[in-house]
Amino acid sequence: MAGPVLEMRSIVKTFPGVKALSDVSLTVRQGEVHAICGENGAGKSTLMKVLSGVHPYGTYEGEILFEGEVSQFKDIRASEQQGIVIIHQELALVPYLSIAENIFLGNEHASGGFIDWRETLKHATELLRRVGLTDHPETRVADIGVGKQQLVEIAKALSKKVKLLILDEPTAALNDEDSGKLLDLILELKKQGITSIIISHKLNEIRRVADSVTIIRDGKSIETLDVKAPETTEDRIISGMVGRDLDHRFPERTPYEGEKDAAPALEIRNWTVYHPIDQQRKVVDDVSIDVRRGEIVGIAGLMGAGRTELAMNVFGRAYGRYAAGTVLKDGREIRTKTVSEAVDHGIAYVTEDRKHYGLNLIDTINRNISLTALGKVAKRGIVDEHEERQVSEGYRKSMNIKAPTVFEPVGKLSGGNQQKVVLSKWIFAGPEVLILDEPTRGIDVGAKYEIYTVIDQLAAQGKAVVFISSELPELLGMCDRIYTMAAGRLTGEVPRAEATQEVLMRHMTKDKEVTR
Amino acid sequence: MSTDVTDKVSAVPPPGKGGSGGGTSLVQLVLGGLRRNLRQYGMLIALGLIVVLFQVWTGGDLLLPRNVSNLVLQNSYILILAIGMMLVIIAGHIDLSVGSLTAFVGAFAAVLTVQHGVAWPVALVLCLLMGAVAGAVQGVLIAYFGIPSFIVTLAGMLLFRGLTEILLQGQTLGPFPNGLQKLGNGFLPAVGPNTNYHNITLLLGLVLIAAVVWQEVRDRRRQQEFALDVVPRNLFLLKLVAIVAAILALTMLLASYNGAPIILIVLGVLVVGYGYVMRNAVFGRHIYAIGGNLPAAKLSGVKDKKVTFYVFLNMGVLAALAGLVVAARLNAASPKAGLNFELEAIASSFIGGASMSGGVGTVLGAIIGGLVLGVLNNGMNLLSVGTDWQQVIKGLALLAAVGFDVWNKRKSGS
Repeated sequence: MAGPVLEMRSIVKTFPGVKALSDVSLTVRQGEVHAICGENGAGKSTLMKVLSGVHPYGTYEGEILFEGEVSQFKDIRASEQQGIVIIHQELALVPYLSIAENIFLGNEHASGGFIDWRETLKHATELLRRVGLTDHPETRVADIGVGKQQLVEIAKALSKKVKLLILDEPTAALNDEDSGKLLDLILELKKQGITSIIISHKLNEIRRVADSVTIIRDGKSIETLDVKAPETTEDRIISGMVGRDLDHRFPERTPYEGEKDAAPALEIRNWTVYHPIDQQRKVVDDVSIDVRRGEIVGIAGLMGAGRTELAMNVFGRAYGRYAAGTVLKDGREIRTKTVSEAVDHGIAYVTEDRKHYGLNLIDTINRNISLTALGKVAKRGIVDEHEERQVSEGYRKSMNIKAPTVFEPVGKLSGGNQQKVVLSKWIFAGPEVLILDEPTRGIDVGAKYEIYTVIDQLAAQGKAVVFISSELPELLGMCDRIYTMAAGRLTGEVPRAEATQEVLMRHMTKDKEVTR
Repeated sequence: MSTDVTDKVSAVPPPGKGGSGGGTSLVQLVLGGLRRNLRQYGMLIALGLIVVLFQVWTGGDLLLPRNVSNLVLQNSYILILAIGMMLVIIAGHIDLSVGSLTAFVGAFAAVLTVQHGVAWPVALVLCLLMGAVAGAVQGVLIAYFGIPSFIVTLAGMLLFRGLTEILLQGQTLGPFPNGLQKLGNGFLPAVGPNTNYHNITLLLGLVLIAAVVWQEVRDRRRQQEFALDVVPRNLFLLKLVAIVAAILALTMLLASYNGAPIILIVLGVLVVGYGYVMRNAVFGRHIYAIGGNLPAAKLSGVKDKKVTFYVFLNMGVLAALAGLVVAARLNAASPKAGLNFELEAIASSFIGGASMSGGVGTVLGAIIGGLVLGVLNNGMNLLSVGTDWQQVIKGLALLAAVGFDVWNKRKSGS
């Protein structure tokens, strides 16, 4: 095969306080399909943003050579002119414009400011044929499914004379059939001489389309493997992805050895959820889990595994469309159709997205902490401000929230301190079951340790804790039992003693049993 | 008066710190507090400046007892609307229908009392109920049907204006029974010996001062009880003195003319009541929560639809009250009453510190914003500025207030 079309050398990208990429090198040969593989947060998307000029030249260290020349893209337009086109996870189409209008958006066939519709439609039809779409180019994008929208994105890329196509988790939102079509198209484009980079953690996909795979871990490129070589097994890729040493520190924790006979504090049975917009897509498929008092149960899974969707749907149907399943608390069935019902039953869900779902950023620490359980500091609907302040001062001290007073707006706090406010808020609500969704995402090591300690204390107090995380070391360090999910299904349940990163990752990347 | 303040301050050194640097630390504290609450204090200071400016320009006419009394009567209905509007805006919505609704309720009151001879207290209750129903209907459409408030209340604006004209058949209807007129023009009755002042007003002022001082002292003691940090003693005293002086000044002004207007008492009750609800009631907190971050509020178990519904119901009731006051003041219901009131109320809220995106604002802010507009109006009338230029200046005032806020936020944010 031909020489390299793209070389990225020792790329380093730093955000305030975080080193997203610490040393990544990547070589992509002309005409190949190159997969990039790694855990959530390993730096895959950041790397592609550096490549496509979203992070412009000068904001990173290192060198990018495209077709043998040093690239200094100042924005995404500059990289597109060179033939590098990125298709993001969240599609960037305008739903109420037609397919043709979307394909040529920002790049219209026009003369004197007026669109040449004949040329537009002719060209669009041609492009649609290339990606295997038979829909009329004047169809509104909103009226076609996600799978077809993905193909429109690729048609749009083709219209820009793409040489290097980057696909960021292209099948994450697609069903099996659409995924299959998309992968076929990538192979077809390869025949036409288009080089592709595909970011994916679905190992079966990688094996199907990719020629080589580069593994990224903690902002570093670990290795590049030849996918076609016999020694490149799925286990081989997995060990590359998780090879991180377990040097994170966790509080000493006595594993849970509670009464196995007692009914679980919380039991979810056969839970199924559909996507809120895409009515056909199951985001959670027949999942059953349970957690006992004093126990910390982990849920591991990669992007799109359905962990958050499960938790939020159980918690007052806050996400998606409920299809089936029951919730039992201490062996008795309970209703959790609204958030207040769930809260009243002693369930707390601490969101992964604290800025959008967890906090009122413009309000004070004080009022954020008290919001869910205002009744506790109020008599007959009137809040006792002094008691409220005393309560939140208590949390500020015990949780070590770094702020001069509790009257500071939470928007001004660092991520770690905001996370402590969200935790305080839900601890104050006095739940018996806490569902923690990525409680340490995006916060520094010191704050992480503090949060682990709090979680540990909660379990010691007899609370049942469900710990959703993408970081395997922290699940291994904290949990008594770990469930794994993949593509909406439960794929494994691993006790503490048997859990290793490799075992979990194998479950997390497990195929759906492709029987249908 | 001012020497009195400084005397008191320097007389009491801060506890535990000796006398050293007591004065400077106090200044720092005051400045620090000002800087942190620039938003709230900024408008208060602006209001003070406007008052002083017009007092000078009008050669002292602005603060004549009669004019102060007038100021209150002229602006009462906008202030009533501004309170409700502030709640609506904090919740992240808007209400364009209140101007038309005031006119409609005024017309309804006229039809009841003038045409059908209904006793005025009964009519008053029926009118408030009518407002509640109007607000509730809009609230249901907004909260439960999910139609944007802008659309629902824009429709309401047209609808209620039309209904007003239908009710009144294009005519002006009046006069109102005496009892109702008092709501718009009346003063507290004069009783007791002739002291050259209005006795009940004086008494009320003193009672108010006592209540405020008692409340503040109790509040401070409660804070200490909970072992919370309290404002330094000097600052606390300074605040008390300032509040007492302000109430005293207003009381004396009003008492030297006809006494306190009845509507001022109503307004006072509303401000204190709503201020308390927004600050201390679970309901008020929930309004801030849904306006500040709706998804987070929902995930915290706040019943956002119910809260939105009640906010609009409340706006309807307040609009009805304002409608009664306007009608009573003009002593007639007119098809053109309440024109642009919704815009004045919205402007008051934004001048008073509300945010387009919701979640921010105080009842007191709405009042201050309303007073800024009111004093501008009144002062320019005294200076015989035409309504053409008045509009221009009020528009600029709104732009300046919000512009300053945006600028200040950007500066502190980056």
